[in-house]
Amino acid sequence: MDKAMLLEWYRQMVLIRRFEQKSAELYQLGKIGGFLHLYVGQEAIAVGTIAARRPTDHIITAYRDHGHALAVGIETKAVMAEMLGKATGISKGKGGSMHMADVTRNFWGGHAVVGAHLSLAAGLGLSESYRETDNAALCYFGDGATNIGYFHESLNLAGVWKLPVLWICENNQYGMGTAVSRASAVSAIMQKASAYGMEGKQVDGMNVFEVYKATQEALQAIREGKGPQFLEMLTYRYEGHSMGDPLRYRTKDEVEKWREDDAIGILERHILENDVATKEELDGIDHTVEAELTEAVQFAEESPLPAPEELFTDIYVED
Amino acid sequence: MARITMRQAITDALREEMHRDENVFIMGEEVGVWGGTYAVTRGFYDEFGPRRVRDTPISEMVIGGAAVGAAMNGLRPVAEFMTINFAFVAFDAIINHAAKLRYMFGGQMKIPLVFRSPGGGGRQLGATHSHTPDVIFAHFPGLKVVSPATPYDAKGLLKAAIRTDDPVLFIEHATLYQIRGEVPEGEYVLPIGKSDVKREGSDVTIVGYAQGLQVAMEAADELAKEGIEAEVVDLRTLRPLDMGPVIASFQKTFRAVVVEEGHRSYGIGAEVVARLQEEAFDYIDAPIKRVAQLEAPLPYSRELEQSALINKQRVIAAVKEIL
Ligand SMILES: Cc1ncc(C[n+]2csc(CCOP(=O)(O)OP(=O)(O)O)c2C)c(N)n1
Ligand SMILES: [Mg+2]
Repeated sequence: MDKAMLLEWYRQMVLIRRFEQKSAELYQLGKIGGFLHLYVGQEAIAVGTIAARRPTDHIITAYRDHGHALAVGIETKAVMAEMLGKATGISKGKGGSMHMADVTRNFWGGHAVVGAHLSLAAGLGLSESYRETDNAALCYFGDGATNIGYFHESLNLAGVWKLPVLWICENNQYGMGTAVSRASAVSAIMQKASAYGMEGKQVDGMNVFEVYKATQEALQAIREGKGPQFLEMLTYRYEGHSMGDPLRYRTKDEVEKWREDDAIGILERHILENDVATKEELDGIDHTVEAELTEAVQFAEESPLPAPEELFTDIYVED
Repeated sequence: MARITMRQAITDALREEMHRDENVFIMGEEVGVWGGTYAVTRGFYDEFGPRRVRDTPISEMVIGGAAVGAAMNGLRPVAEFMTINFAFVAFDAIINHAAKLRYMFGGQMKIPLVFRSPGGGGRQLGATHSHTPDVIFAHFPGLKVVSPATPYDAKGLLKAAIRTDDPVLFIEHATLYQIRGEVPEGEYVLPIGKSDVKREGSDVTIVGYAQGLQVAMEAADELAKEGIEAEVVDLRTLRPLDMGPVIASFQKTFRAVVVEEGHRSYGIGAEVVARLQEEAFDYIDAPIKRVAQLEAPLPYSRELEQSALINKQRVIAAVKEIL
């Protein structure tokens, strides 16, 4: 793997983490409203999977979506402006934290009804299979989402119609405060895939190399016409489910244990131990990220609010 | 002009649009090999093949959602819910997704799909299979809701629904499939969101749509024998609702009855009456009446079921109360 690629992964992961930390601050200041779900801890998954996709492959995810939005390359300032509900936001301030999308990048959102977007992903896959392309749809969802009807209907349809969908379960061990074992009849979520004709595979979601490799292989299988594939990424969210989570359902020790295997730490160690780059180079990247974030926040704060008449635009294409 | 059934008119619209546009395809339960539970897509599977006429598993949530996903990426799905009662299972896909995604993402997406579904009561199917829930779907901005009363309208409006870039719920009253009406040979498309005067008169305005429109027309025929000339306005589209012809008629007759098959409470009638008093208050000469389904689940037993549903006698009685 070449140096430029590894440094780009590092940059994206640091950007996502710092973006989330900045967002938490802005939330505390009341500048971001609504629900805010941070992606801290899970960065390797968005970065590693999206690095393995072609731009013509589709991306669709749940409400914990800033990481995916940044990894597909939406400008940081457009994501931050959306957080602040500004007219310059990627969704014109109408979507907010949970509803980022950039159709020009085949990034179809940010969806906040648990499991619903799995059915949309099946439709994206259907559109590609209808047109007989070899593009795929990458669909991300949590462990909790595997218990809703949408999950089962969507995987079954994908299985039966051989739709080119890569199902990516980001198993961060909890759906809100409910541990996987308290909500799912099988604790290894990949087992659920077998009911729908997919093998399913568990991947270390903290290791961006593993994530990248597994995604490449799965996409390859899809393009060869082997039908939908399923990856269970084992990961952890360091912060609460959303802002204001009382965190009564897990111990500090558990969080610390996961932090030892931190996604950015693993990549950084790899880069330094293999002399891919120096500590100074990485520090340099940290600084550019900081500058980009500062600029993004300033841009968002200075941007105008949506005009009053925006309330009634975009409801229909044809009125 | 040929007199064809509503079923045939819908079938013709679908077939013509499938020939016209390669992006149009059909998906739903039993739409293919079976030929459609109500025989609307009979022959399509052989004509267009399994790629464009797709039998789905019994999975309303993903029928709804996959149609949205395919539409986002430029296809034009016509997704069928076997009956509107089962669309309840897909309510989230229809309302939270089809109707909201364009807005929520700041206009980035188009969702050019049609959900087709037979609905309505009167066929002794019991409470879960007899709903006329049109108003519930019409409540939400972002979705267009169409429900035709005649073969002519059904054909022209379904073609429009397939061609518009917005999501449309197209509700077909199951008891109307066999009614006949004149439909021209050539190609035509009707505008969504336009009410239509189906009969002219000067004594009273009767507003209806779908099966309610048919009942209104029967009542108007009877009333005419007694020298009462009713003007009948067909809403055709429930969202966006076109009150123009209703108000114009009311300003002539000063009296109105609204007929709908759904329940009376919070219904289409409630909406039309509210708008009439807001927009034509000075023309009100008598209470505006609503004829609608009684407030009970629909029972199986034939006479009991019919007693809850609308009929021409109830419309005639309502008209006479206010004349
Ligand atoms: C249909 C539905 N039910 C409940 C919720 C509330 N809710 C939001 S996130 C969440 C937990 C989901 O957990 P998981 O799928 O594991 O994703 P994670 O938050 O861990 O990324 C719940 C219950 C919702 N948004 N949608
Ligand atoms: Mg989770």
